[in-house]
Amino acid sequence: MLLVVLEHERGELTEAAREALTFGRSLADKMDEGIEAALIGSDAEPCVNQAGEFGAEVVHTCTHELLSDYGPDAYGAVIAEMVAELEPAAVLACGSERGNEIMAQAAARLDAPFVANCVDITPGYPWSMTRVQWGGSLLEDSILDADVALFTCGLHAVAAQPDDGADASVEEFDAEFDESHCVTMVKDRTVQEAGVTLPTARVVCGGGRGVGSADGFAKLEELADLLNGRVGCSRAVTNLGWRPHSDQVGQTGTRIAPEIYIASGVSGAIQHWVGAMASKHILAINTDREANMVVKADWAVIADLHQVIPAITAEVQRRKG
Amino acid sequence: MKILCCVKRVPAPGAKINVTADGSQVDAAHLGFTTSPHEECAVEGAVQLREQHGGEVTVLTVGPTEASEQLRYAASVGADHGVLIPDDGSAWDPQRTAAAIGDAIETLEAQNGSAFDLILFGNESADTGGFQVGIRVAYRLRRPIVNGIKGIEVSGDGTGAGTVTARREIDGGFEVYELPRPCVLGVKEGLNLPRYPTMKGRLNSKKLEIQSLDIDAAAGGQRRVRLHRPAEQVSETVILGEGPEAAVAVVDVLEELGVL
Amino acid sequence: MSEFPNKANVVVIGAGIVGNCLVGHLARLGWKDLVLVEKGPLPNPGGSTGHASNFIFPVDHNKEMALLGEQSANQYRDMNLSVDSGGIEVARTQERMDELQRRMTSAKAWGIEAHMLTSAQVKERVPFVNTEIIKGGFYCPTVSVVDSLETGTVMRKEAIEKADCKVFANTEVLDLITDDAPTPNGRRKIKAVVTDKGTIEADHVVVACGVWSNRIAAMADTYIPLVPAVHQMADVGPIDILAETNKEIGYPIVRDMDTFCYERQSAGSMEVGSYGHRPILHHPDEIPSNEEAALSPTEMPFTPDDFDQQMEEAIELMDMLGDAEIKYAINGLLSFTPDTMPCLGEIPDVDGLWSAAAVWVKEGPGMAQVVAEWMTYGYPRVIDVHGADIARFYHEEKSDEHIWARANEGFNKTYGIVHPAEQWESRRHLVETPYRSRQEALDAEFFQARVWERPQWYNSNADLCARYQLAPREVEWDNRWWSPITIGEHLNLRENCGVVDLSAFQIYEMSGPGALEYAERLAVNKLDVAVGRSIYTPWLNADGGFHSDLTMMRMADDRVRIVTGVFDGGRDEFWTRKHMPNDGSVTFTNLTKKITTLGLWGPNAPAVLGQLCGHDLSQNGSPYGSIIPVELDCGVDGLPNRTITAHLFRISYVGDTGWEIYTDWGNGPALWDALFEAGRDLGIRATGGGVYGTSGRLEKGYRLMGAELESEYNPLEAGLARPKVKAANFIGKEPYLAARQAGAEVACVTLTVEDQTDSAGRQRHMQGGNEPILDHNGARIVDSHGRVSRVTSAGYGPSVGKHLLMGYVPNELATPGTALQVMYMNEIFPVTVVGSGSAFDPGDTRLKS
Repeated sequence: MLLVVLEHERGELTEAAREALTFGRSLADKMDEGIEAALIGSDAEPCVNQAGEFGAEVVHTCTHELLSDYGPDAYGAVIAEMVAELEPAAVLACGSERGNEIMAQAAARLDAPFVANCVDITPGYPWSMTRVQWGGSLLEDSILDADVALFTCGLHAVAAQPDDGADASVEEFDAEFDESHCVTMVKDRTVQEAGVTLPTARVVCGGGRGVGSADGFAKLEELADLLNGRVGCSRAVTNLGWRPHSDQVGQTGTRIAPEIYIASGVSGAIQHWVGAMASKHILAINTDREANMVVKADWAVIADLHQVIPAITAEVQRRKG
Repeated sequence: MKILCCVKRVPAPGAKINVTADGSQVDAAHLGFTTSPHEECAVEGAVQLREQHGGEVTVLTVGPTEASEQLRYAASVGADHGVLIPDDGSAWDPQRTAAAIGDAIETLEAQNGSAFDLILFGNESADTGGFQVGIRVAYRLRRPIVNGIKGIEVSGDGTGAGTVTARREIDGGFEVYELPRPCVLGVKEGLNLPRYPTMKGRLNSKKLEIQSLDIDAAAGGQRRVRLHRPAEQVSETVILGEGPEAAVAVVDVLEELGVL
Repeated sequence: MSEFPNKANVVVIGAGIVGNCLVGHLARLGWKDLVLVEKGPLPNPGGSTGHASNFIFPVDHNKEMALLGEQSANQYRDMNLSVDSGGIEVARTQERMDELQRRMTSAKAWGIEAHMLTSAQVKERVPFVNTEIIKGGFYCPTVSVVDSLETGTVMRKEAIEKADCKVFANTEVLDLITDDAPTPNGRRKIKAVVTDKGTIEADHVVVACGVWSNRIAAMADTYIPLVPAVHQMADVGPIDILAETNKEIGYPIVRDMDTFCYERQSAGSMEVGSYGHRPILHHPDEIPSNEEAALSPTEMPFTPDDFDQQMEEAIELMDMLGDAEIKYAINGLLSFTPDTMPCLGEIPDVDGLWSAAAVWVKEGPGMAQVVAEWMTYGYPRVIDVHGADIARFYHEEKSDEHIWARANEGFNKTYGIVHPAEQWESRRHLVETPYRSRQEALDAEFFQARVWERPQWYNSNADLCARYQLAPREVEWDNRWWSPITIGEHLNLRENCGVVDLSAFQIYEMSGPGALEYAERLAVNKLDVAVGRSIYTPWLNADGGFHSDLTMMRMADDRVRIVTGVFDGGRDEFWTRKHMPNDGSVTFTNLTKKITTLGLWGPNAPAVLGQLCGHDLSQNGSPYGSIIPVELDCGVDGLPNRTITAHLFRISYVGDTGWEIYTDWGNGPALWDALFEAGRDLGIRATGGGVYGTSGRLEKGYRLMGAELESEYNPLEAGLARPKVKAANFIGKEPYLAARQAGAEVACVTLTVEDQTDSAGRQRHMQGGNEPILDHNGARIVDSHGRVSRVTSAGYGPSVGKHLLMGYVPNELATPGTALQVMYMNEIFPVTVVGSGSAFDPGDTRLKS
C-alpha cells in the first residue's frame, strides 16, 4: 500500500495535496499496490471526498482534539504511528514546506531514510529515484534501501488531476497521543504587516541607469505602489546617489525573489543579476535588445521606459477600475 | 546565551552548474565556496542574539578540511568558536550527517557542562536540499524544532528555562510558534540581512582555533548514483512590443501571474 | 536584430573596451561592412572591462604606455565619460621616494602636471591617510576615472551609425578558418569566422578578446602570447566620509606603491586593489562561461588568504578601512604578456588576422586607434608602437611555459620599481649560442635581448678597473645593472682590441630572380651595388617614418642578405614576408641560427686577424663596407689545425677598425679560440654589449633602432639621408621625397653632460629613459608635430671623458655648443650639444686606418 499524506486548509485539500495524490496514483500503479491517504487534524473531515476524487481508496483520518492546528512534531508522530500500524510499503507527501517537514519528522521517529523532492520514483529493491537538487538546477539519481520508503514529490513536479475515482472509505486512526507530542503547535497567526519589504515583495519594479535621474524613479514608485510591490535599483543607481543602498538589488545589496521582477533600464550587470536571478519571472523594459536583462528575461518590451511605465500604470488602473 | 549554528560548505555556482564526468559531484574546480545561504542567516541571527543578550556563538560544520574557511567566515562576522567534523570527502547522506552532528553536540555540551540554549540549522542545504538534518538532530536530542523560520525572539536573556518565539512565513502572514528552551530552529533566508565581514573581522578570524571532532556514523539508506543536468530549457525572451502600446500585453502577463 | 551575415570586410571579435573602440575608430576612418561579435551580453559581456577599476594614472616611464594612456584619457574626456579625480602615489620608503622623483621626471617629459607632496600635503588632500607611515607623495591632478562600459557603448553606437556596423552579442566564436597551405611568403590567409550563429567570410579579422585572446588565436593555429592573471580587488564600505562626498569619486585615488595596492573611492565605498599578492594565473579554459560563473567569467572566486597581507597594509594606511564591510571581493582577471607590453598589430603568420589584446582600460581607446590606423594606413600614425607590436615575439616566447613564467615574474612588477636595464630571472638562455661555455668561463654578465643572451661585460676583466683606475658609480641606482668593467673593456678596445659576440644578429637571405628588385623596394638606399658590397639603410613605412634600420649585403647577383638587430628581428622578418611578391620569384630564408658573428675591433684587430689569414687586411685590400669571403686558419699556436670559411665584413659600430666575422654556427668555437690565441699578446679581451651598444656606439653617435629611430622620425631628421635619392621605387618614397623638400624640423644630436653633480653633491648618470631635454629656462622642448625632446640613449663616453646623451632637438637648438638642460631624477643638469656627428674621432680616422 502507498500512503499519501495530505495537507489541507480550511476544509480544502491544498494544491500540494492534490499533486501528491496525482503523483501517488502513478507510483501506486508501478508498485502494483493500492493507494490510501492520511488526513490529520480535527477539521479534516470535509477533505475525504476530495481525496477520493483524486484516487484515494481509503482515507485514514486522525482527528484527535489536540490536533486543532498544525504542529510538525504532532503530525510527524501520527505518520510514524500510521506507518507502524498500517505497514505501508511507501509513504508519499508533496514537497511543500509542510510536506517535507512532516516527512522528516516521521523519518526521524522511524529512524528511516527520507528522500525529498522526487520527480520520478521506480519501486524495487532497492528503490530508485530521481530528485531535485540546487533548487532544480540539478537532478540526482539515487537509490534507497528501506523497510518503508518515505518520499516527497517535488512541488509542481506534476499538475494535479482528479481520478475517475469512486468514493473513498474512511477509517479513523486512533493515535496514541498526548500533549507531549504537541510542543511545536502553531500558537498564533499574524497578518502581513503593512508595507512589503524588498526581499519579500511579490512584485519588484527595478530601475537602472536608464531611468536617468532620481526623479525618474517616481514613475516606478507609482507602478510599484499600484501592484503592492517595491522599487529596487542597480548598483550604478546607488552609486549615482539616486536611491539609498537599501533599495539596491544585487550581490552587494538585497537578493530578491518576487513573483515578477519588472526591470526597467537595467542592463543586467552580473552584480545586479546575482541579486535578481531568484525572481520567478522577469520582464525587462529596455531600449537595447542585446542587454543582458533582455536576454535573460521571460518577457521584454524594447522601448523607452519613460513611455512604457506610465502606459502600464494607466492600463493597470483601468483594469482595476 | 549559548547558540550553536550548523552550517554547510557549498559551491558558489552561476546559473549553470556542471557535474564531474563521473556524475559523482558538482564540478567545483573553478568555483568558489560559500556558506549555504539559509545558514548565513542563521549565523547572523545567532550573532544578533548574542549582541542583545550576551553569550557565545559556536559554528559547526561537517565537511572537508577546507570547510574551515566557512567556519572562519562565520568568525569574521562574529561567531566565537568553530567546530569541524571532517568527512572523508564523500557526500554523506542525511542520516549519517545528522547522527554525526548529534554525537558532536552531545560531546560539546558535555564539554561545556550545559546545553546550547538554541541550535540553528538552515531550512535545507543549498546544494543537496535534503530537508531533514536539523529535524533528525532535534529528535535525537529530544528537543523541539520548527522549520522555515524567518523571525526569532527569546524570553528573558535567552539562557536557561524560557521560550523561543519563532515566526514562519505563510501566505499573507506568519505562523507563530513558541518553543521551550533548549530548542532547535531551521531558519530561512529573509530572517535577516547577513552582514559582510569587516576587514578587521576577516583578519581576526584567522586567529580562530578550530576544534576538530573525529566523529563518524553509519551510512543511511539513501545512496547517490549520479548527478545530471535537466534537459536544457531554451527560453527565448518573448518580446511584448516596441512601444507604450505593449502595456496591454504587459498587464495581461501581470494578471496571469496574479499580482494585479 | 539584423540577419546574421555570411560575408563582411572586417570582423572584430570581442566587445570590451578595445573591440568597441576599434569598430568606432574604424568607422571614423571610413571603413564599412563591419561586424562585431561578442560571446557575452551587452553592455557588459563579462570580460576584464566589466570589473576594471577604471582609473588612469597618466605618468609612465615607457613612452608608448604614457602617450597612449594620455591619448586614451583624452578620448574618454572628449566623450564626457571621465572625471579628473587626481591621484597620489605615496611612498613608505626612501627608495620609493627616489622612484617618485623619477616619475616627476617622466611627467615632465610627457607634459603632465605633477607635484611632489610632503606627507602633510598628502593629508590635506586625503585626510584619512596615516601620514606616520609615509614619507611623501607624488600628486597628479589629471588622474582620471572613466566609465569604460559606457565608452564602449558610445563607440559601438558610433560605428553602427557611421558604418552600419552589425553587432551580435551572445554569439560565440567556434573557429577561425585560414587557407590550408601557406603562400610562398610563409603566411596563411584568414578566410572566415565560424560562430554558433553562422559562418562569416572576412578579409580582416581582429581578435580583441582580452584574456581569451590566445585561445581564439589558437583557432587559427597561431598565438597571442598572453595569460589571464588574477588582480584581487575588494570593495569595502559603507564609509561615511566617502558617502558624504555624494560623488562617485570625491577624493584622489591613492596608490600605496610599496604595498602594490591602490585605494579608489567608489561612491560610499573604497575599492582596495592589489598587485601585491602571489601571482595567480589561469588557463583560458579554466575561465567559466557567463552561465557557469557566479559573478562574471573574469570575476573569479576571491581567495581571501592571498589578500590578508594587503588588507593589513591597507588598514595601516587608512585605519577606517578596518571597520568597513567587505561587500564584494573578486579575483579579477587581467591579461599579462611575457614582457608586460600589449599585443597589437597583424599576426605574422596569418595574413589579415589582427591582434588588439593585452590592453587594459587605461590605454584601450588609444590602442584601438593604433590598430585602426594600422589597418588603414599600414602603420599606426598616432605613435610608434614597436614595443607593443605583436611581431616582436620570437618562437620561444610563444609557449605557455614562457608566458606563464614571465607573467609570474612580471606580476609584482606592476607597481614595482623597475630599473630600465632590469633583467628577467626566469627563462634565460633560451637560445644556446656557440660561445656560452667560454663566456661562462670568463664569468660573463649576461643580458637578455628577447630570447638571446649577450654578455654585457665579463667579470674576468675586473683587472681593467685597476689598470684604468675605474670605480663604481656613487649612487646605487645608477650603478645597478652596470659595472665599471664595461668602461675598462671600452678603454682596452680603444688601446688594444676586443671580441664581441654578435650571435644575436638576425640574418636573413632573399634569393631568386626577384630578390634584388624586392630588396630595392624595401630599402631607401640603393641595393644594386657590386656583389660583395654592403649598404646601411633605413626601411621606411608608407608614411616615410622609420620601420627599421639595418645592413643589407649583396652576396650574389640574385641573393641579398639582411642583418638586423635582435630587438627588431621579429618585426623585420614579418615586414619582409608581408611585402614579398607571392609569385615565387623571391625565396626567404632565415639563417640566424646557421651563421654566427664575432666582432673584432681595436687598433690591434688587423694584427690579430692577420695571424689567421693571408688576406690583405688594409683599407686597400679590405675597404670599409666590403664583404670578403676568406679562409681562416684556426690552428694558431698549437690549436688543432682547422680551416674555416668566413666572410669578413669591414664595418664598425664602436669606432675602431675591425670586422664582423661571419661563419657557420659550428665554426664559432674554433674561431673564438683562434682569435684569443692570436690576440694573447695583443691585449685582446672578450668585450661586452656595454661597449658595443652603449659607450662605443654613443661616442660615435650611431643611431639605434627603437631608441633614436622610430616611425615618428624620418631619415632626414635622423641625419641618415643620403645626398641623392635612388631612382628605384621603395616603400615610403613619396613622403620621403616630400620630407626632403620640406626640410627637417629637428635633428638627432649627441649632447655632453657638463656637470653631473646633483643637489646632494653626488655624481649622477642619466640612463636613457626618456629624460626630458629642456631649454635654458627649464621648459620642455616640443616641435610642431608634438614630439618632445627627450633622451633616447645615454651612457658614459670613456674616451670623451663625459656622460653622453642622444636625442632630437629643433634645428635652431642643434648647433654645436648650444647650452641646454636635462632633467634626471627631478633635478636639472647642464648639457651641451655636440652636433649630429661623433663626439669621438669625428673624422673616422680610426675606422678606416
